[in-house]
Amino acid sequence: MPEATPAIETRDLVIRFGKFTAVDGVSFTVRRGEIFGFLGANGAGKTTTIRALCGLLAPTSGEVRVAGLDFSNGGNAIKSKVGYMSQKFTLYNDLTVAENLAFAAGLRKLDPEAAAARTRELLGFIGFDHPLGAMVRDLPGGLKQELALAAAILHDPEIIFLDEPTAGVAPAARERFWGLIGRLTDSGKTVLVTTHYMDEAEHCGRIALMRAGRLIALNTPEALKSLAFPGPMLEATTEDPRVVSELSGRPGVLSVQPYGMRWHLSLQDKTAWKSLAATLPPGLTLRHIAPSLEDVFIRLVEGGER
Amino acid sequence: MALLGIEARGLRKRLGPNQALAGASLDFSAGLLHGIIGPDGAGKTTLLRTLVGLLRSDQGEVIYTQEGRPADFAAVRPFLAYMPQQQSLYPDLSVAEHMDFFRDLYRLPAAVYRSRAEELLRITRLEKFRDRRAGELSGGMYKKLGLICALLQSPAAVLLDEPTNGVDPISRREFWELLYRLADQKILVIIATAYMDEAERCARVHLLDSGKVLASGEPRAVLRDAKVSSFEEIFLNRSDRKEIRPTDTGGTSNTAAAGVPHA
Repeated sequence: MPEATPAIETRDLVIRFGKFTAVDGVSFTVRRGEIFGFLGANGAGKTTTIRALCGLLAPTSGEVRVAGLDFSNGGNAIKSKVGYMSQKFTLYNDLTVAENLAFAAGLRKLDPEAAAARTRELLGFIGFDHPLGAMVRDLPGGLKQELALAAAILHDPEIIFLDEPTAGVAPAARERFWGLIGRLTDSGKTVLVTTHYMDEAEHCGRIALMRAGRLIALNTPEALKSLAFPGPMLEATTEDPRVVSELSGRPGVLSVQPYGMRWHLSLQDKTAWKSLAATLPPGLTLRHIAPSLEDVFIRLVEGGER
Repeated sequence: MALLGIEARGLRKRLGPNQALAGASLDFSAGLLHGIIGPDGAGKTTLLRTLVGLLRSDQGEVIYTQEGRPADFAAVRPFLAYMPQQQSLYPDLSVAEHMDFFRDLYRLPAAVYRSRAEELLRITRLEKFRDRRAGELSGGMYKKLGLICALLQSPAAVLLDEPTNGVDPISRREFWELLYRLADQKILVIIATAYMDEAERCARVHLLDSGKVLASGEPRAVLRDAKVSSFEEIFLNRSDRKEIRPTDTGGTSNTAAAGVPHA
């Protein structure tokens, strides 16, 4: 694939199931070597879009180009260029590690010798230190996901789609998995990944945000934050929650969102901050914070259909 | 339905090579929202299963109270609802069919069922999806359907095992609003979670690690006593002292983060 060709291009992509429009006119481009995050509420159309990009689902209308290839021939050309780790189905619990990988290699019709070498390479890549004869069901959740990643990239695809690869995985193992994603893109692969953990999304180069089948934002994490919150953001702590509910009616206070036992206040501008600071109710502590991607998500996605 | 409380005393349970519970004593006082917080393998699921009577502990006991008086497990059993981590809903049945099925399972009178079903559909915002099959629901909606099925029997206690895993931030908030609503009705809610921000949302937290209780109490008080500002610190401080294994059975996030390039 020539350097200039984007990894993924969609133009006015529409996917309908009967009367239901799952993807509603989505256009975006993913550069080669990028970690591209795909965020949205459950049911926003992320998985459907991914399935179209993997060549598994024919678009109702619009264009899809993946690794420079289009959807002709039932998406078969695309399938050889992409690896796909789906959200639900990954590995067979009742097969061993070796059996699962051999099966995945067989599906991709890999030459047995090449498959064996590639398997060794990938087990080294994920730092696998359990016996290959271990049943997959006996592995910890984080390790299963790393193994599923290895199975998805056995055929050395240029573009890798990961649909909620860390759902239900413990925090330390999630960090490890993102370490692997970073190494893949460092070696020139392109990764499109979905997650509901907003702390993970910080690792993405750019993020596309979907709502009810439409793309509502596409930018770097930092740019999304400053676009969603042009004014200051503050964290409020108090022993008395009633004090906080009083703040939401103040001029210049855009939103007050609960975060555990704290609150995040978004303000219109510095003037709003000055007037708030001058008339602070007793028992309330405020400090300036940078908005998180969770703040961004809630601000942009909340309200109406999603 | 009477106010229900659960107390665990010195629970020990061995599962194969693992000492899943290693002498855990906890007080789940009635009418409050309790969080069981801990990493994978801390013993959260084993604890919940023991509390609802699905597992028998090797040592120790579980004491149930109704209106503050001791009650037999047999007497409280019909009022306990349990939502396991891996829910077993039927992919081919619709939302409405699931509710009908659980109505029959719990033998609910028609009038009770009708009003309760409508209320649950409304507060979970699943009214529009009555006819959608469970296999076609999104992650958040699927969890909500599981909760609906658990709540149809009007329980006095609801025990939930990591119900918000894989659920988007807004659906997670909505799910928590549902839990607050239950607590407002004086229903005992016990939720196991690995999200530390969710720990702060509970009336009481119980920090669990390696089958032992690290701390219990009101979230602010627990943080104050541990002299930290977040629950994460308590676990990180602990795992710093332990040997770090390359699997997800412990370990700190800072070691793994070293290999993460920021694009």
